[in-house]
Amino acid sequence: MSTTRPEVDAVIIGLGWTGSIMGMELTDAGLNVVALERGNERTKEDFLYPKPADELKYGVRLKMMQRPKQSTVTIRRNASETAVPQRHWTTFHPGDGVGGAGSHWTGVLYRATPNELALKSFADRTFEPGFLPEDMTIQDYGVTYEELEPHYDFFEKVAGLSGQAGNIQGETIEGGNPFEGPRQNPFPLSPLPRTLTDTLFTEATKKLGWHPYPYPSANVSGAWTNPYGMQLGPCNFCGFCSNYGCLNYSKASPQTCILDALKQREHFSYRTNCEVTRIVKSDDGETVKGVLYHDGEGQEIFQPAKLVILASFPLSNVRLLLLSQIGQPYDPVANTGVVGRNFSYQITGSIDMYFKRHQFNPFISAGGSGQVIDDFSPDTFDTAKHGFIGGSYIYTTQGPGGAIGAVKVPPGTPSWGSEWKKNASEHYGHHMMLGTTGTNMSYRDVYLDLDPTYTDPHGDPLLRMTYDWKDNDMRMTQFMAERMREIVAELEPDYHTENFKQVGDHFDAAKYQSTHLTGGAIMGTDPSTSVLNRYLQHWDAHNLFVMGASAFPQNMQHNPTGTVAALTYWSAKHIRERYLGNPGPLMSQG
Amino acid sequence: MTNEPDNMKRRDFMRRSLLTIPAVSIGSSVAFNAYADSGVPALSDYQPMFFEDSQWQFILAATDRLIPRDEHGPGALEAHVPVFIDKELAGSYGRADDWYMEGPFHVDADEALGYQLPHTPADIYRLGIRATNDYCRQRFDRDFTALSRDDQETVLRALEKGTPDFARLGVQDLPSKTFFSFLLQNTKEGFLADPIYGGNRHMVGWKLLGFTGARASFREWVDQYDRDYPLGPVSLSGERG
Repeated sequence: MSTTRPEVDAVIIGLGWTGSIMGMELTDAGLNVVALERGNERTKEDFLYPKPADELKYGVRLKMMQRPKQSTVTIRRNASETAVPQRHWTTFHPGDGVGGAGSHWTGVLYRATPNELALKSFADRTFEPGFLPEDMTIQDYGVTYEELEPHYDFFEKVAGLSGQAGNIQGETIEGGNPFEGPRQNPFPLSPLPRTLTDTLFTEATKKLGWHPYPYPSANVSGAWTNPYGMQLGPCNFCGFCSNYGCLNYSKASPQTCILDALKQREHFSYRTNCEVTRIVKSDDGETVKGVLYHDGEGQEIFQPAKLVILASFPLSNVRLLLLSQIGQPYDPVANTGVVGRNFSYQITGSIDMYFKRHQFNPFISAGGSGQVIDDFSPDTFDTAKHGFIGGSYIYTTQGPGGAIGAVKVPPGTPSWGSEWKKNASEHYGHHMMLGTTGTNMSYRDVYLDLDPTYTDPHGDPLLRMTYDWKDNDMRMTQFMAERMREIVAELEPDYHTENFKQVGDHFDAAKYQSTHLTGGAIMGTDPSTSVLNRYLQHWDAHNLFVMGASAFPQNMQHNPTGTVAALTYWSAKHIRERYLGNPGPLMSQG
Repeated sequence: MTNEPDNMKRRDFMRRSLLTIPAVSIGSSVAFNAYADSGVPALSDYQPMFFEDSQWQFILAATDRLIPRDEHGPGALEAHVPVFIDKELAGSYGRADDWYMEGPFHVDADEALGYQLPHTPADIYRLGIRATNDYCRQRFDRDFTALSRDDQETVLRALEKGTPDFARLGVQDLPSKTFFSFLLQNTKEGFLADPIYGGNRHMVGWKLLGFTGARASFREWVDQYDRDYPLGPVSLSGERG
């Protein structure tokens, strides 16, 4: 038996970045808003020094993350394999609690490029017919870079983005990324100071004729007061960033950038430990009427709402849509339906170099500190010649910050005993990494659906990932490996080790890959191939809007948070300016 | 490599950096000194919460082989790694409180699909120690703890490779190399985690590396290239090394 609460104007499911942004926007519009967060309360007091500086708790036991016991995913590589659960997190780290992934992210804040947002159109005019694999299902976002630019710009001010612009209103700026889309404004703050790894990378890539620029960092370089009146302080390179809350008010997060301003608003409230289990459809067949959730005391509650904002982690968004039976589930065999379609991930690789002659002091690090080249992006060189569509950025970053995860010994060294100890001691502090983070295309047989076997504590099916690496993307990452070997040759380390995937390799969920999981509830302009229209409005329920990277039709090379936030402001603008005055579909079904 | 600067370097650094050392370090220095050696009982006085006596003896010997005391400095026993492991296994980690532990368990699933055994970490140690002792009795006619150091190392190397077949010793669904991987990972955690968890006593693990622990403030050192950082580690509870 469920209890029914009084109706609100809008309910937000999940209080991370997108939920917090929507909270601001919808209360600005005068709505009465309640947010429901599955995880715990998490305030700035939880991040006071020295609490976050605890590698075992946060870096190893992952206490900022969703508990698999509460909800996890099952994984298989293909339809003939039996999917099994991630019993503890290895392949990715989904956030939990107030702030969500925005509390434990690294703080690398990018924009998509104009071509990445219209990748199918770019491919159609770039490649010969028949070049793309037949089972590749890439699409345009349905929103253009020009439309998103003001929203990127605003969020970068919210986050105090630190870095160097490379393209201001079409003018190329030395030292920035010349391949980025045009910006109307410079970065709010200057880049973080350069580490030794940054300087070595910059020198080597310049010699190779490439265009290094500082990582766009949401670990701020100086004091910053954002448009909401929230204040950030300069990053002190504490070394506890990705997987940790920030101990220095330096990493942009919902806590540091939005929530204290939002909590002061009279018409906003939020409830923690409240897990939404269904979005409830109305009888009219074109709207939803609220959400069903379990509160911290185990009560089932119905929260009626005129507007529902689904703002949880991408995988959780897709699962909730499937559980709520809103939108037709994707069937890869019949090639029908949309929910779960175009799931994609991120293709990463790395090189680890050892220099006896250098002391890097790897504990001096910030997540957003680093240097990057975009010379090998999807639209900056002739990828067809190398047999793929896509691209990657190549970077270095100082670190890692901890001790447990930072020990590196030369290949062939025993993993324990005196020999290990000697090498751990001698080699700590002398490693520099090169990384690559690249596009992942979408494919017909890579998708999300509900698992037939495994359930959560409420008895609801877990989400099932069917995912494998594809030849196109492996050729892309192998191309990047060759470019990175050129950097190695310039830097002349004593030795280096490589970690790249190859054509024929299969997805390895036992190793950390990335937390950039995208798609499954994608946006577009055609209801037969997308769950949401270009305003993130659900095609089948006009008062349901779905935020987050689940809207990406395929994954871009750059980190998703900037685009996730820009899309949220874009959606909010259309809700405020058009939807609230005249509720209904913002696009015709065609 | 060393993280100890010569005296000139240290004096020079201290003179220049007094104004930039985080206030918390200076404010807490009295407490750091008062901390000294108090509060942590000797390893021999520790009463295990999780391990039974014979299991405890096994852990003492095994962790001592994995990270021995040697010319490079203190080892797992000086760091109280066994205390760390005992506390972890007696707590939520040992019970796999956060893990998804519903069946069915496809124990033979491809390794690339991640951990699929029906055992909690606590179970893995109980079963793994029992099976390893059975293996030692079959091969050497005595328990692991009664073996010579060399033979103990031989056994650990065999576990690492997965040679002993625990199923034939009556322990199902636990590859010997999985037991070893937990033992090794938790031993390294106990050597390198903050001392509040019972191991890394006096931050000996961090000192071996040159890691600074919870010091966590380095703005003025970002552009000091190729210089050894002059200050030792601090812990979450304020101990300074």
